[in-house]
Formats: sequence, structure tokens, C-alpha cells
Amino acid sequence: MIEVHDLTKDFDGFRAVDRINLNVPAGSVLALLGPNGAGKTTSVRMMTSILAPTSGRATIAGFDVVQQPAQVRAHVGVLTEQHGLYERMKALDYLDFFGQVYHIPASQRRQRAHHLMERFGLEFALDKRLGEYSKGMKQKLALVRAMLHNPPVLLLDEPTSAMDPQSARQVREAIVELQRDDRTFLITTHNLTEAQSLADSIAIIRHGRIIANGTFADLARQFVGDPIMELHINGHVNGLTKDISGMVDVQASGEDWVRYRVAEPRTTNPALLRHIAGLGVEVVTLAPLSQTLEDVYLEVVKEDEAQEARQNGKHD
Amino acid sequence: MASTTKPIDRAVAPQPGLLARWRWTMGNALIITRREVRDSFRDWRIVAPIIILTLGFPSLAQFVASRFSSFVADYGADIVAERTIPFLLMIVGFFPISISLVIALETFVGEKERRSLEPLLSTPLTNTELYIGKTLAAMIPPLIASYGGMLVYLGSLLLGELAWRPPTLLVVQIMLLTTVQALVMVTGAVVVSSQTTSTRAANLLASFIIIPMALVIQGESAVMFLAPDAESPNGIGALWAIIVGMTVVVVLLLRVGNSIFKREELLGRSIDQLNLRGTIRSIWQHIRAVDAARTPAHSLRQWFWEGVPLSLRRLGLAPWVVLIVFSIALVGGFLLGQQPAWQLPLNENINFADSADAFGGFFNLPTQTGVMNFILWNNARVLLGATILAFFTFGIGGLIITPTFLLIGYLASQILLAGYDPMILVAALLPHGIIEIPVVFLASASAVRLGAAMTRPPAGMTVGQGMQQAIGDTVKIGVGLVLPGLIIAAFIEAFITPSIVVAVIGG
Repeated sequence: MIEVHDLTKDFDGFRAVDRINLNVPAGSVLALLGPNGAGKTTSVRMMTSILAPTSGRATIAGFDVVQQPAQVRAHVGVLTEQHGLYERMKALDYLDFFGQVYHIPASQRRQRAHHLMERFGLEFALDKRLGEYSKGMKQKLALVRAMLHNPPVLLLDEPTSAMDPQSARQVREAIVELQRDDRTFLITTHNLTEAQSLADSIAIIRHGRIIANGTFADLARQFVGDPIMELHINGHVNGLTKDISGMVDVQASGEDWVRYRVAEPRTTNPALLRHIAGLGVEVVTLAPLSQTLEDVYLEVVKEDEAQEARQNGKHD
Repeated sequence: MASTTKPIDRAVAPQPGLLARWRWTMGNALIITRREVRDSFRDWRIVAPIIILTLGFPSLAQFVASRFSSFVADYGADIVAERTIPFLLMIVGFFPISISLVIALETFVGEKERRSLEPLLSTPLTNTELYIGKTLAAMIPPLIASYGGMLVYLGSLLLGELAWRPPTLLVVQIMLLTTVQALVMVTGAVVVSSQTTSTRAANLLASFIIIPMALVIQGESAVMFLAPDAESPNGIGALWAIIVGMTVVVVLLLRVGNSIFKREELLGRSIDQLNLRGTIRSIWQHIRAVDAARTPAHSLRQWFWEGVPLSLRRLGLAPWVVLIVFSIALVGGFLLGQQPAWQLPLNENINFADSADAFGGFFNLPTQTGVMNFILWNNARVLLGATILAFFTFGIGGLIITPTFLLIGYLASQILLAGYDPMILVAALLPHGIIEIPVVFLASASAVRLGAAMTRPPAGMTVGQGMQQAIGDTVKIGVGLVLPGLIIAAFIEAFITPSIVVAVIGG
């Protein structure tokens, strides 16, 4: 649904986006992560045919961003970083205006505006001027605007950044619901927990380049290693560490626990448990130690920084 | 939530038929216009002046007109009153449209500043639809106020004690003037807005619109007081000339606006900072370039044989425009000279051999060198002036040399009518003209292209990049062809042409 090949954007000799490649199938969510100024917004603007790529190619919902800009924009809903609402307008008028722009028939416009406003808990504010909206309400309204024409692709820049936890949950639920309906999402966010919970795949962009791309599990394995398991037993560990070190990579141990890294937990863990049971040791719990996207992200960025430093050293 | 609805896919323009596409474009543009006009009328800072200028100011103007009329009538200066009344009509019409500048700056750069433009740019609306919609939105409220104000003023004059009946043509002229003035300000504001990201900076740059407009208003005032159309020679009204001139400016500004009002231009620029070093570097690259990739020339020879032709090819339509205008001027001058009213009373029995003696003191090195320097300096100065003027007039100033061709055509006709030997003209013009005329033609074409580059940047380039390329090409043509050509032509004109002229007229 979103296909990006070697997309590049230069501004007066400055390369903002450098040959990025992305592939987001229909009904999936890609989280595009990266520090401020990494090229996320420029990438999104190219994908919405607002900025023309310097080179490379991108198709959104089957439409080429250079050749078919109007079709691309008709099939994409965009939540911009700055919501840019018309503060003197009332919410209903505002949505009606965008409904007209998308040529939604008048009856559907009103129906859909009411429906979405209700979905996001804003029905009480339909007749309020947007200048009276709180920051979170404005963000939700901007999201409603992006969804108004029911686009198959949604590009959301920091969709929950200004929201209270309840509103943020509403938005996440809406994304999951729409995803089930085969909608495709590209989300840029600094909220890594949210990205981890929503995204099917993650791309990390730095200095305009994609430095990591894949599912969370793949990235975690690649950058922070295999999953770590923690085994608690009934009694003292004593010689157990030595006994299992042939089967798994033991990382640490305590009085009654052992922590180990394992490449294939699905096959290794049952074998390990059988082995321990054979030794007469009673297992209390076996659970994975959680790896967070934050760990992965920081590791990816650290590695890229180190690589950059090595390259700069070479050039010097 | 969404499973009940299919994607709504009606927002893209229908393909068949020019008329259908135009209706679609205008339909979309009017969606923008309606919203913005409503928004303008929600803003008391716009509504208050509009009401005051529509109702209050015309009443004041009517009061002034009636008092002023009776005052000047006491001194027998009725003509002053006669001309003040329509002048006030123009002023009553102009004041409200001055607001269009404020609205336009607010509409374009204000939206950029508040970041409300990007959601609009993310919709399927085309650049042209957005541009037309916003331009109309900036014009409609002030024009309503302007026409309303004029109506109130005229009504009060008609029904008041003055019972003044305005000439219909004058009312039409003033309404047209008001409309084109509003258009100039709005289209100018788009150009100004594109160069800034804040309303503050836009307001500063707006003086580039306000000052010329103030000068135009002063000119119009002078015309209305000193040379009303009814008294113009040959029925050519100065106000009509101003209307036509301003319409040309509007067309050029619309072209510039349409090329600037692009998503890329609007969002690509994020700071109001002049990158002087980068600009100069880019121009220098274009000057040295021998190909489109800006590969620098490795020798003067390569620069001349590859780089200069590259710049000549980029002149596009400009040489044709210059050729047509100069040819029309030449033929026009010749035909004008044929009219009895324009013929010079030349002596048919003149003895040119006597005139040849007058050249006697001319042929010495210091005099001829001085003349050569003067010719060179004069020609270079005029062409440089034309180039600079072209830069600020969308290329029109590049044609400033046109009257010279009118004069050559006119002189040629007078020489032939007087029965003089046409070889005199040929001898006086051809030896250096064979170089000078193509050089002037080339310099003019280059200047026209430089100014026009702002109205239509090359494909894939922003206006700034297009201008840098055009400046580079102009310098290249100027240094590579025009300057050497002018030096050679000035040398021939000072050292060779006089000898040939003397030889021809001396028999």
C-alpha cells in the first residue's frame, strides 16, 4: 500500500532524505522513528505529494506521488505536526469545509462528521469555535479531519502527543480498529511505547537515512541480541548454572535465579525445562525479560553514531 | 467505525473537456473563497474598516465635495470643483481596496505562519485552485466595500444639493481602475508572501507594493485634474492607458504568482534568511558551466564555445519577442514617417559634399579614441540599464531600446522621402551596425529572459533557482558576446564608419 524506493530530497545542497526504502502492506502499521530533524516530516510530505522528490519513487495506494499527486492526496489522510486549524470556525463548519474539498456528498459529510466526533468523544463540542478547544481536543479534531474522507492510507505525525491518557487510548483503539478494516498507517512518533504497541514494523531514520527497518522482534534480535529469559527455581542455584551453560548462554545468576539468552526459545525452553526436571530441580517461574523499543532505538542510534564517528575518523 | 464506509474517491478532477475541467477548478476554488470570505467577515479588524469606508467615508467625501464646490464657485473656479468631485469618487473607491493588501498578506502568509496551510496542501486541491480561491477571497470583501462606497458617494451626490450627474464612461473607468488596483495589490501580495514566513516580514516587504501604488494614485490624480480624458488628443485617454498598463502588470503578477504558489515553494522555505554566499556560489557555477549539470569549463576556449552557446539556447522565446517588437518598431517608424503630419521639412537640394568637409577636424587619433570611448560607455550603460530595469519589470524593461528602432525606421523614411541617396543611411549605420545591432538584439533578449524568468522558472526549479540560472546566463552572454561586440562596434563606429560616410557623401 505504501511503497518507497530510494526516495531522496535535497534542499539547496542539503540532503534531507537520503535514498529511503519502505514497504508497508495494506492493513499494517509502520512506525517511523527518529530524532528531530531526521527527515521524518520531509518523507511524509513527499509521500503526500506536497514535496517533489529529488530522486527515487513512491507509490501510495497504487498511485505515483510524482505522476498522480491529486489521486495520492485523495487517498491519504494526513495528520500534520502542527494541526493548523481555523480558530474562528466551529468544528462542524470546519469539517464540512474539508468534506466539500474532498467532494463528499452533503448528507454523508454531516453524518460522517457526527460519527467521527462521537467516536473521539468530541460530540459535545461540535458547535464550539476551534479557538475554544483544548490542545488535546484540537489534535483529536485534526485526526477526525484526516479520517473524514475515509482514506485507505493514513499518515499520522505524533498522533497522541498532546493528549491525556484516556484520549490517547481512544486514538490507539481507533487505529487498531481501522487497521482491522485494512487501513494502512505510517506513524511518526517519539512515544516508543505507543509505537511498540501499535506498529507491525518499525523504521528508524537518522540524518535522512533509514538505519534500521523491520519488526520489533527482528530489530531487537539484531541490535540488542536474542531474548533474555529469567528462570526462578525452588532452592539454591548452586551447580545449575554450569549444568545448563551448554544449552543456553547464561548471562547472570542469583541465589535462586538464572538469566540466560536464547536464540530459539520455542524449542530450547521446553528442552531446558525437561533437563532441569531430570536434575530434580523444581521450577517456580520462567519468563522472558522484556525488551523495550526504547532499548532497541537507543542501541540503533548509538551504533549509527559510532559508525559515523569511525567514518569521520577515516576522512580526517 | 470505518468498516461501514468505503474510501471516498470523488475528489480528483474529471478528465474530459476543457470546460468541465474549468468548472471543476472554479468549483473547488470557490470552496476556498467562500470559507475565507466568511472568515474575513468574522474578523472585526476587517469588518470595522470596511463599514467605515463603505458608509462613513463616502458621506464625508460628499460633504467635502459640496462645501468645496460652493467655496470655489465664489471665486469663479468652477473647474476645480468639476474635477474634484470625480477625483473623490476615485479616492472613495480606492481606500477600501487598500484593505485587500492586508487580507491577502493575512490569507497567504498568515496561514503559513499559523501552519494552517499544510492541511489544505494535503488535500487533492491543485495549486491553481488554491491560488484562484485565495486571490478571489482577498479581493471580494474590499471590492464589495469599494463598489458600495462609490455607490453611496454617487447616490448622495445625485440626490444631494449638488445633483451631480457623472459621465457613465468615467464611472466605468474608475470602477475598472479600482478593480485592477485591487488585483495588482493582491497578486503582488502573493509574490511578497512567498518570500516570507511571517506576517511581520510580509508587512515590511509590502512597501514594494504600497509605494508604487501610491505613485500610481498620484499619477491618476494628476490625470484627473490636469488632463481628463475628454481633453486628451486623438481620444487616447490617459486613464485608459493606466488601466491597460495595470492590466499588463496584473497578468505578469498572476504568472509570477501562479509559478510561486506551489506546494514545493510554500513548504520548502522555512526561514526568511538570505543565503547570500550560497546564491553567489550558485550564480558563479552557472557562469562557469558548460552543461546543464553545471560542469565548470576547464579553459576559456571551452567556456566560449560550449558555455556561451548553452546560455544562448536557454534564451528560449526571448529573441523572438525582441525580434518581433524591434521589427514592429522599425516598420512602425517608417510608416509613421510616411504620414504627412509627421514629415520633416527637409531641403531636397542639399549638397552633401559640403558637409563632408565638416568632418575634416574629426580624423585624428585623440578625437576618434574619445568618440569610441563615449560610444562604448553610452551603449554599455544603456544595455546595463535595460538589464537592470528588466529584472524589476518582468522583462519588459529589456525592450527599452525599442524607440531607437522606431527612430531608425522614421529617419529612413524621411531620407527616402526627401530624395536623398539611401546609401548615406547605409554607410552611416551598416559598418558598425552589422555588429552593434545583433549585439543590442542579443543583450535585449538576454534582459527580457532575465526578467521573465521570475514569471516562469524552468521545469523542476524554484523561482530562486531559475533566477540564479538566468543571472548566470545573462552575465555569460554579456561578458562573452555583448561586451566584446560593443568594443568592436564602437571601434568601427569611431574609426571606420566616418570615413565611409565621408566617402559616400563626398561622391
